Amino acid sequence: MRVVIRGGTVIDPGRINGLADILIEEGRIVAVGPGVSKSAAVKGNGAMVLDVAGKLVVPGLVDLHCHLREPGYEYKETVKTGTASAVAGGFTSICCMPNTNPINDNQTVTQFILERAQAAAHARVFPIGAITKGTEGKELAEIGDLRHAGCVAISDDGRPVMNSLVMRRAMEYALAFDLPVVDHCEDLELAEGGCMNEGIVSTQLGLAGIPAAAEEVMVARDLALAELTRSRLHLAHLSTAGSVRLVREAKARGVRVTAEACPHHFTLTEEAVRGYNTQAKMNPPLRTWQDVEAVREGLRDGTIDVIATDHAPHAVQEKQLEFAMAPFGIIGLETALPLTLGLVEEGILSLEGAIAKLTTEPARVFKLDKGSLAPGAEADVTIVDLQQNWNVEPEKLRSLSRNTPFAGWKVKGRVVTTLVGGRIVYQAP
Amino acid sequence: MTLKHKDLVGITALTADEINLILETADSFKEVSGRDIKKVPALRGKTVVNFFFEPSTRTRTSFELAAKRLSADVINFSPSSSSVVKGETLLDTARNIEAMQADIIVLRHQDAGAAETLARGVKSSVINAGDGWHEHPTQALLDLYTLREKKRDFKGLRVAIVGDVAHSRVARSNLYALTKLGAEVRLIGPPTMMPAAIERLGGEVWYDMDAGIRDVDVIMMLRLQLERKGRAQFPSIREYSQCYGLTAERLKLAKSDALVMHPGPVNRGVEVASEVADSFSSVILDQASNGVAVRMAVLYLLAGNS
Repeated sequence: MRVVIRGGTVIDPGRINGLADILIEEGRIVAVGPGVSKSAAVKGNGAMVLDVAGKLVVPGLVDLHCHLREPGYEYKETVKTGTASAVAGGFTSICCMPNTNPINDNQTVTQFILERAQAAAHARVFPIGAITKGTEGKELAEIGDLRHAGCVAISDDGRPVMNSLVMRRAMEYALAFDLPVVDHCEDLELAEGGCMNEGIVSTQLGLAGIPAAAEEVMVARDLALAELTRSRLHLAHLSTAGSVRLVREAKARGVRVTAEACPHHFTLTEEAVRGYNTQAKMNPPLRTWQDVEAVREGLRDGTIDVIATDHAPHAVQEKQLEFAMAPFGIIGLETALPLTLGLVEEGILSLEGAIAKLTTEPARVFKLDKGSLAPGAEADVTIVDLQQNWNVEPEKLRSLSRNTPFAGWKVKGRVVTTLVGGRIVYQAP
Repeated sequence: MTLKHKDLVGITALTADEINLILETADSFKEVSGRDIKKVPALRGKTVVNFFFEPSTRTRTSFELAAKRLSADVINFSPSSSSVVKGETLLDTARNIEAMQADIIVLRHQDAGAAETLARGVKSSVINAGDGWHEHPTQALLDLYTLREKKRDFKGLRVAIVGDVAHSRVARSNLYALTKLGAEVRLIGPPTMMPAAIERLGGEVWYDMDAGIRDVDVIMMLRLQLERKGRAQFPSIREYSQCYGLTAERLKLAKSDALVMHPGPVNRGVEVASEVADSFSSVILDQASNGVAVRMAVLYLLAGNS
C-alpha cells in the first residue's frame, strides 16, 4: 500500500521545516521533500493521496507518561480506549505506567498489555515496568525480564521509592539493561495527607497541602544518585520552580538527567482548585504562577526536554467524592497538543521546538526508534490543522473517562488525521 | 432586609452588613430563649435535617434546639462513616434527603469543601456546621455575638486567637469575621500550627504568647487536638501548655477587662487553666447559650429565602 501526504507543511524537528510531500510504502517512510508526489513512481499507481494543503504534518507524537488502567481498572480506561484517545490526540507511541492491578512488575503483565495494544491496533504501546516488586519500594522487580518482555523504562510512579539505597541499587542495576529510571519525585512523608499545593489557596480552602519541597527534596536526592551511579535518570512531571532550578544546575554540571513537564503544569495554577474542583486535583498538584513561569522557562531553555501528558483516567463517580477523597489525576492525551501549541502562541516555544518536545525529544530520552519522518522510519504521522478552534467537550473525547479541568475551554489546533505504520488510525469527524 | 444567599457555607461569602444583620436578628431570638414558652412559629412546616458525619454534641444540639424553637420539624441524621465507605457519594446521600423535601440541611463533615459541594448540588439551603479545617461560620457568628454583648464595638478591638490555627475551621471563620468588622486579629501559636501564607489573610502571626497577648481585649483559645502529638507538631502536652496555655498569670498580660473564649470542649489544664475557664473573664458559657439564638437567626434568615 502506497500513501502520499501532499501539500502540507512538514516539521520533522532538526531535519525538515517547510512545504513537503511524504511518500509512504509498506508502512514506512520512503521519501520526504518538495515534489515527491510528482515523481513518476507515484503517479497513476493506485496510491492513496491525502491532500493536506494548509495543514501541519509532523511525526506521530510520543508520550512518555500515561496510565492505561488495564489490567485491573477497566472501568477507568482500557488499552483499547486509551490508545483510541491517544491517536485522537495525535499520539502514535505511548508509554504506560505500571500501576495497574496486578502491577506491571513482571513479564506476564507486560506481555498482556502488549497483546491488548496489538489487538486494539491504534497507537503503539511501550510499557514502563515497575522498579520494585508491587511498587512497594523494597525488593527490585525482575528488571531484566521486564526489559526482554518489552518494557522501555522502569518507574514506581505514584509510589516513589523512598528508600534511597533501593533507589541507588535500582539505578545501578538498570544500567545493565540500558533502561531509564523514571521518578515521580515526592517525599511521601512530607506530602502525607496532602491533596493540593501548600500555600495561600490550601489555607483558605482548609485542605492539607503538599509543599513544593516534597518534590524538590526528591529531585535533589535523585540528582545526587544519578551523579553517583551515572544512570539514565528521567524526572517525571516537574511542577515547581525549585525542581526546574535543581535540574538546570545539574545539567550544567553534566549530570545525566532528562525531565518532562505536563500541559496542566504549564497552563493552570492552584487557583483552579477553588470551589473544591476535583478535576483540578492531580499529583504533583497545580502550583503557583511563579512555578508555571519557571516550568515554561525550563521548557524554553531546554532544562525540561519533554512534554508528557500524565493521562490519568478516573471514573465520574470517583471525581464526585469529597475533594480529599477523590483520586489524583486528569486525562490529557487529547488536550496536550493544543495546550502545547498555546506555548507557541505565547512565544515561549517555536513551533518546531514545541513539536520536538512531543516527538524527537521523548523518543531520544527513552531511545525509542520513533518520532521521526526519516526515510526508513515506520510511517507514524500526525496531521494537524493549526487554525482550527474547538471546544473541549469531555463527553466527546475518546477516553473512557471524562476527568479534565479543561472542559469548556476553547483551544486552537486540532488533529485531523493520524497514521500508524502508514495506516489511518484516526480521522477527525 | 434578608440574606441574599441560599446557603451559609462560610464567612467569606458574607459582607459586614450581612454579618450585622444576623447578629441583630439573633437579638430578638435571644429574647425568645429567655421566655417561659421558648417557641415561635417562624419555621412552622419547614423541615431541617441535621446531617452530621462527625461526632458533635454541642453543635448538633444547638442547631436542634434552634430549629425546634422556631417550630421546624427536625431530624438528625448521623451516618457512622463518610458516604464514600458505603460506595455512595455525599451528593447522592444529600439528594436522597432532599427528595424527602428537606428545606434546610445542616452539614457537619470531616472534609473541607463538603458544604460547598453539597450547596451546589441541592436546592435546599445548606448551613455549614463545620467542614474539615475550612470554616465553621455559625461558631464565628456566635463568638461575634458574644463579643458584641460585652464589648459593643468591633472597630479597633484587639483579638488573640491562640493554638492550632492550621487545623482549625473556628480560627479561620473568626479571622474572616473579625477582620470584616474592623477588629485586629493576632494569631498565636508555634510555626508548626500556622498554615501556609496565613499572614496574607489579615491576621498578624505571633510565636511568643506572652508578647502576643499583651494588651489584647479578647483571647480566643483553640482546642488542642491531642492526637496530633504524633505528627511532630509539638513535643509534649507539657511543653505546649507551658508555652501556649492560658494561665491566670498570663491572662494578666492582656487588658484588665479581657474576655476569654473557647469554642469547646475545653481541655482543662492544657490550653486553658481551670481557674481561668471558670473565672469572671471567661464567657465560654455565654458562647454556648448565644449559639442557639444565632443559629435561630441563621435558620430564620435562610428559610425566608426558600
